[in-house]
Amino acid sequence: MVLARRTAVATAATALLAVPLGLPKFYLLLATEILIMGLFAMAFNLLLGYGGMVSFGHAAFYGVGAYTCGLLLKKADVPFAVSFLAAPVVAAAVALVFGLLCIRLTRIYFSMLTLAFSQIVWAIAFKWYSLTGGDNGLIGIPVPSALADPRALYLFTVAIVVLVGGLLWRLVNAPFGRTLLAVRENAERAEFVGIHVRRVQLAAFVISGGVSGLAGALFSLFSRGAFPDYAYWTKSAEVLLMTLLGGPYVFLGPALGAAILIALNSIVTSFTEYWPVVLGAVLLMLIYVFPGGVTRFFLVGPTAPARAPGEPR
Amino acid sequence: MIDLGILGDPAFVAVQCLNGLTQAMFLFLIASGLTLIFGVLGVLNFAHGSLYMLGAYLSYTIASLFVGRPSAFWVALVLGSLGVALAGGLIEAVFLRPVYRREELDQLLVTYALVLIIGDVVKFAWGPDNRSISRPAILAGSVLIGGRDFPTYNLVVIALGPLVAAALWLLLTRTQFGRLIRAAASDREMVGVVGADVSRLFTGVFVLGAWLGGLGGGLAAPVGAIYPGMDVEVIAESFIVVVVGGMGSLTGTLLGSIIIGQLNAFGILFFPRFALLFVYVLMVVVLVVRPWGLLGKPHTR
Repeated sequence: MVLARRTAVATAATALLAVPLGLPKFYLLLATEILIMGLFAMAFNLLLGYGGMVSFGHAAFYGVGAYTCGLLLKKADVPFAVSFLAAPVVAAAVALVFGLLCIRLTRIYFSMLTLAFSQIVWAIAFKWYSLTGGDNGLIGIPVPSALADPRALYLFTVAIVVLVGGLLWRLVNAPFGRTLLAVRENAERAEFVGIHVRRVQLAAFVISGGVSGLAGALFSLFSRGAFPDYAYWTKSAEVLLMTLLGGPYVFLGPALGAAILIALNSIVTSFTEYWPVVLGAVLLMLIYVFPGGVTRFFLVGPTAPARAPGEPR
Repeated sequence: MIDLGILGDPAFVAVQCLNGLTQAMFLFLIASGLTLIFGVLGVLNFAHGSLYMLGAYLSYTIASLFVGRPSAFWVALVLGSLGVALAGGLIEAVFLRPVYRREELDQLLVTYALVLIIGDVVKFAWGPDNRSISRPAILAGSVLIGGRDFPTYNLVVIALGPLVAAALWLLLTRTQFGRLIRAAASDREMVGVVGADVSRLFTGVFVLGAWLGGLGGGLAAPVGAIYPGMDVEVIAESFIVVVVGGMGSLTGTLLGSIIIGQLNAFGILFFPRFALLFVYVLMVVVLVVRPWGLLGKPHTR
């Protein structure tokens, strides 16, 4: 039974992921962007949904990943595989440093410190002209010829996102994920049963930061550039919105949120420059009509309690 | 690259210091509203920068209606800030009241949605171009400070900041409304239990906070340009002020504004490229060493 269901799910997923290959280039690019931002949102949700930690500064890791991959490729002529894999490693290292200080704080203070750190990363990217190109950004990143074709890059993105998304799925269902939930629900009680709360939170912070960096690296290949905006606080707000829109209660919710937001953006901006007001209206609807995100509304129904016990928040 | 020679010119240092103080007073006006709302309602109002921007644009429009009359600026300042206060009351009653019992994140999302909406409404109503207001005729001149010109208007702003702070302090300590505000800041539920109308109190506080933001925007209008996007810039700065000073503390907010104002004024002089960095580094240091801020109280909620 389980095997049959898994096969069905895998077949359906493969079919879904293969569709963009047959579509015009515009949709292929859109699908690539959705997958990358979906990975970013899932990484972010490891912290928000599973860890109960609201980061206002995840753009820092995304930006660090993009600049690491881009700088190594453009300025150091490092082989592609090394440059690409260095991005999550460097992002995770930065997350380790930031995380050590951030997890000592709770709630709004935690959020504010992540915000301050990410603004520092942004200010460095924005002003260090000789290295990052400053506000012009780092442009013309040499993408290996094998990935130059949009279809090839799409397939590469699919492979990375499915692989890393699968690892994240394993992680949240492993004892580590359950421990993280226990810490989120009641840190004091978790401490009593012998869980090293800060170590668990730090591990989640580092993994989340590393995967965010990987998403950033993918995007730097996609856009062939890295820009200070990648690390600006509005990018952090964007990933937070995607996550909440899709619903942090469901593993794939944040990725769905990314898909909805990016697709909507692409449609609305083809009609009008007033995209923010539409986004604002969508957010208000999310709060008053779909609390808990789209996935909660359709999976559980609008009248369900705010949070079911034992479920990711 | 660091030119310390300018420090030998006391007049220049004084003028730069006064420039920093001018900026500090605008920051104080907006951040005091932010901290008041956070202290009482527990809501971190992302839209406060938008109210500031709205104050600047409303003042611009009203002033252009009375153009040529000496009182134009003052009428615009009063009516503009009152308009923002009214908008604040509507925002609180319509958008925030339904979500007080929800998670903090939901309240934050409401105010962020308002940032997006107000930003576009302003762009739609006033267009994407920069606007400016001229200073009121009576303050249009400048004062000589050690041989250097300093605008009279800015001096008045510097004096106005402490006046507003004193008025707020009197309001908080000497009136029934103020006592209720302070009571609600330390224990919201208890204020309701003893029979105060918490709902009206919340609206009152939000209106007051919005008015302060609008006043800041109106006063800042003749000094800098008025442009779409000023909301996002100013909200980041006022977050720093509130965090450094201590969330919920009014004196902390005044201190935080002065520190940030001076840091900006002198940072840009000595490290023009990395001045931007200083304020965020300061924010990190304060949060790491004293998360509740320089003058805030630990473990308030």
